[in-house]
Amino acid sequence: MSTRNLDQLYRSVIMDHYKTPRNKGVIEESSVTVDMNNPTCGDVIHLTMQVEDGTVQNAKFEGEGCSISMASASMMTQMIKGKSVEDALSLANTISNIMLGNEYDDSIELGDIEALSGVAKFPARIKCATLAWKAMEQGVRKDSE
Amino acid sequence: MLNIDIRKHFPILEQEINGHPLVYLDSAATSQKPQQVIDAISNYYEKDNSNVHRGVHTLGNQATEAYEGARDKVRDFINAKSREEIIFTRGTTTSINIVAQSYGRANVGEGDEIVITHMEHHSNIIPWQQLAREKGAVLKFIDLEADGTITLEKVREVVTERTKIVSIMHVSNVLGTVNPIKEITEIAHENGAIMVVDGAQAAPHMKVDVQHLDCDFYAFSGHKMVGPTGIGVLYGKKELLNKMEPVEFGGEMIDFVGLYESTWKELPWKFEGGTPIIAGAVGLGAAIDYLEEIGLDNVEKHEQHLAEYAMNRMSEVEGITIYGPLEPEKRASLITFNLNDVHPHDLATVLDMHGIAVRAGHHCCQPLMKWLDVSATARASFYIYNTEEDVDRLVDGLRIAKEYFNDVN
Repeated sequence: MSTRNLDQLYRSVIMDHYKTPRNKGVIEESSVTVDMNNPTCGDVIHLTMQVEDGTVQNAKFEGEGCSISMASASMMTQMIKGKSVEDALSLANTISNIMLGNEYDDSIELGDIEALSGVAKFPARIKCATLAWKAMEQGVRKDSE
Repeated sequence: MLNIDIRKHFPILEQEINGHPLVYLDSAATSQKPQQVIDAISNYYEKDNSNVHRGVHTLGNQATEAYEGARDKVRDFINAKSREEIIFTRGTTTSINIVAQSYGRANVGEGDEIVITHMEHHSNIIPWQQLAREKGAVLKFIDLEADGTITLEKVREVVTERTKIVSIMHVSNVLGTVNPIKEITEIAHENGAIMVVDGAQAAPHMKVDVQHLDCDFYAFSGHKMVGPTGIGVLYGKKELLNKMEPVEFGGEMIDFVGLYESTWKELPWKFEGGTPIIAGAVGLGAAIDYLEEIGLDNVEKHEQHLAEYAMNRMSEVEGITIYGPLEPEKRASLITFNLNDVHPHDLATVLDMHGIAVRAGHHCCQPLMKWLDVSATARASFYIYNTEEDVDRLVDGLRIAKEYFNDVN
């Protein structure tokens, strides 16, 4: 049955984040702003973050895209809030490894983002899942320059 | 409707995708290839392969005949006056870029105007943006009507005596609109401008007669008309092509080469620098043979019928929005749409899990997406091998997607 395959992709956690995204909005006095899009499909994200003393104090996003990209953005902001820049970057790296089917450090607490692992089986959708993480990576790198 | 046996000519359609028989509804992106085109290409490599225009040996001759024979087929296919007017390129994009870089650079100056529309594909926008920036020219857009059509009144408002180039797609790859190219060409000519036509979505589906249209350039691709990728055509009026400089220099396109100066071959070869896409041209020739055996009239009739059938069936699905003209006689056989609460990428994944291939995204038309006020859409596009059953499968798939997303929501 095809919908069983679909269930691997659209886990209830993902649909929950899609339906009721966390941290949707814009931080007015943000220290970092990133606009990123996926030119092959038109997904866009506007990410604002408050980074102080090497820690992500706050993160909010706005954007338009499919369930995977928007759920991933919601999870990303939820996960990185309060984390050090270093930890946030290592999470992004883990996500990237999960998507590519590479080995990854399983000692890291993944929480909701574990649900994104099903995306790896849908190669055409990997870019949807990684968009928000790439935006975050670019943002914190820009901030630390 | 065409005979159902047409499907059997396309070996790729016989497979299952994700446990379901394949329903291929992405022919506007690229069409599938019939066995006789695949055979023509392998046959060329098995029996005739050699470089063209230089071999004294027999194979060199056979390859040249195959390549130049394909040019004659293209000439006949679009009813060009002479074979010198048919230039082989890599595809529609390259064809339009040749016009922009050669004719455009020589004839467009500061303050001159280039006119396109809001519905153009990126390949008919960016070459003109670049030319306008380089020359200080003005890029102007013809506005669309609410149903995604162009009126001649609007064309007359935008095209002026300062307009040097008008470049418009024959058929929209998103809206399906068939544009009145002959009439727009007249308006361009009245104002002293040349007319360039992006025919990528027209040549595969309808009889194109460049002399009747009277356009100055006509660009199209082989891979959307059952031919191979990597081969396309630029048709140009001989008197214009003769005055134009080549854009690629090197082997194949030269006449005499000195240390500091060289001269070019005559048309069409002066625009075909380097060893050409010989097998691609042979494949395109075979594609034209195939389409002409079926008859372009029959292709058109079949697609008209499918478009109308699909329009009716898809409209039954609750929450669907269909873009472009709603009257089937005003449009080509592709339907771009959105389904309430299901993002097009999610929809395309659900359909793919049921063996149905559709396109999702901006279809290389970001300005048009802005005009439609959407970030992405889904598109089902039909060709000779599609059937009513394919449309039925699509409609079932849409219902499944809706239910699935309503449930998980």
